[in-house]
Amino acid sequence: MMPDATEPLITIDGLSKTYASGFEALKDVSLEIEAREILALLGPNGAGKTTLISIICGLVNPSAGTVTVDGDDIIRDYRRTRARIGLVPQELTTEAFETVWHTVSFSRGLFGKPADPAHIERVLKDLSLWDKKDNKIITLSGGMKRRVMIAKALSHEPEILFLDEPTAGVDVELRKDMWATVRGLRDAGVTVILTTHYIEEAEEIADRVGVINKGELIVVEEKTELMRKLGQKRLRLELLEPLGSVPDALAGHDLELTDGGACLVYTYDAQAGRTGITALLGELSAAGIRFKDLETSKSSLEEIFVSLVKEGA
Amino acid sequence: MNLRGMMAIYKFEMARTGRTLLQSIVSPVISTSLYFVVFGSAIGTRITEIGGVPYGAFIVPGLIMLTLLTQSISNASFGIFFPKFTGTIYEILSAPVSHVEVVLGFVGAAATKSVILGLIILATAGLFVPLQVAHPLWMLLFLVLTAMTFSLFGFIIGIWADNFEQLQLVPLLVVTPLAFLGGSFYSIDMLPDVWQKVTLFNPVLYLISGFRWSFYEIADVGVGVSLGMISVFLGICIAIVWWMLRTGYRIKS
Ligand SMILES: Nc1ncnc2c1ncn2[C@@H]1O[C@H](COP(=O)(O)OP(=O)(O)O)[C@@H](O)[C@H]1O
Ligand SMILES: [Mg+2]
Repeated sequence: MMPDATEPLITIDGLSKTYASGFEALKDVSLEIEAREILALLGPNGAGKTTLISIICGLVNPSAGTVTVDGDDIIRDYRRTRARIGLVPQELTTEAFETVWHTVSFSRGLFGKPADPAHIERVLKDLSLWDKKDNKIITLSGGMKRRVMIAKALSHEPEILFLDEPTAGVDVELRKDMWATVRGLRDAGVTVILTTHYIEEAEEIADRVGVINKGELIVVEEKTELMRKLGQKRLRLELLEPLGSVPDALAGHDLELTDGGACLVYTYDAQAGRTGITALLGELSAAGIRFKDLETSKSSLEEIFVSLVKEGA
Repeated sequence: MNLRGMMAIYKFEMARTGRTLLQSIVSPVISTSLYFVVFGSAIGTRITEIGGVPYGAFIVPGLIMLTLLTQSISNASFGIFFPKFTGTIYEILSAPVSHVEVVLGFVGAAATKSVILGLIILATAGLFVPLQVAHPLWMLLFLVLTAMTFSLFGFIIGIWADNFEQLQLVPLLVVTPLAFLGGSFYSIDMLPDVWQKVTLFNPVLYLISGFRWSFYEIADVGVGVSLGMISVFLGICIAIVWWMLRTGYRIKS
């Protein structure tokens, strides 16, 4: 048999979680994660993203369902699966009085790897923490603490890295640094799963996007595919003379007047064979409506997301 | 087995003592010395000897046990409570270490510290009173078993406690009274009949009695009984810890 190139690295099957409070945080989630991809789990606060990650990493017991990594069950074969996974949780939690060097070296030992100062050095340098290696963690800024947590997660050379809201409350500059770091890891062969409630973030760095809302995985799709499939395009015409209303002759098209009648916006399905643009433009000129400029735009993930969550509700 | 993971926890916990050397070593030594001054010197002028052993020397095993119990509990309970409290426990939960390895790492470190402390106090006591250890191996056995048992007990408290108050509560309200009433400073035949019977329900009595026997060959209960009782406590603590970790009690939802 030919080795299947698309054999998933992580297989999540029918995963559910009901907390002791009775709250159902995950409802029958199934998902396959490919090796060497950046998967963004996108969803509003309380959607169940952290719960999903916590189950895979061993912090929370599942109520039902299974997760396997390369065929190894995360509970039965926990030693093998956990050795391959690094986790950077959402909350900034580090020992305050340890030095950066010690805490990162500790993590490596905890995961059963022999000491390798050269590797730790590389990780710290990559994360611009090298000059802070002897500092106590308590003296570092929030952004640096986050990077220390990433360094801890990378200390044992995981193939899979979970980043729970890596850029929540992080300013734009640092966010870009984080994205560069994540891409660098993916290029080095690490599978990265990150959660975010920022759509721009998913749009910016993900290869695939999974949308979670109220414990349900609504959709998982290649980012570009998701955008293409669900994305509508808009043609915006800047009119020479403002209109009071859309002329009856054009009522057959999905048109909207904006900017006090100065702009006409046509929404169409970019995927369709016929977009209707030619017909629309012909009819516009027949109706004597002239325009001075035009532009087209794609709907962002934001808009896609809003429409998905609405449908799901 | 992930021996490296276990050793990482053990060394981390031992290093924590290094940073808090004052609390961990110096303060128990000072308080023990104070006990010697107060009990040994002041009371010792009234009670000259018990069972043929000078009073100052008689209280040494009890004092060591007192420190061993309180320090084992406080070291172990704090060791596991703190990561739970700050959230750093996430890393241990996500690591490829088994429950046994986690317990051996934390409890092993707490017990090691207690045993070292016990030996330091023994040495300190030697400065105040003439000491004699009749059965050094038995003494070490009691020392190690007690340190392990009560470190496990501390581990249980650390997992159970939701806040710092609860963390202090059990040692303060239960262990210290039991240790004082368990014959640290007296032999139970000095008590009225009824209290002698009541005292037999105090588990600490068996520890102190056995430990004291290893020094002076005098005991309130047979040494075999002492050893048996310690083993029972140890077994109970192991069973509770095993249940806690298996169910994820208070650390895993
Ligand atoms: N230990 C818990 N007990 C009860 N409910 C919880 C617990 N942890 C999380 N929840 C609830 O589960 C839901 C999902 O939480 P979470 O997975 O943290 O969402 P997200 O990471 O997407 O913001 C939330 O409504 C949260 O309040
Ligand atoms: Mg979350």
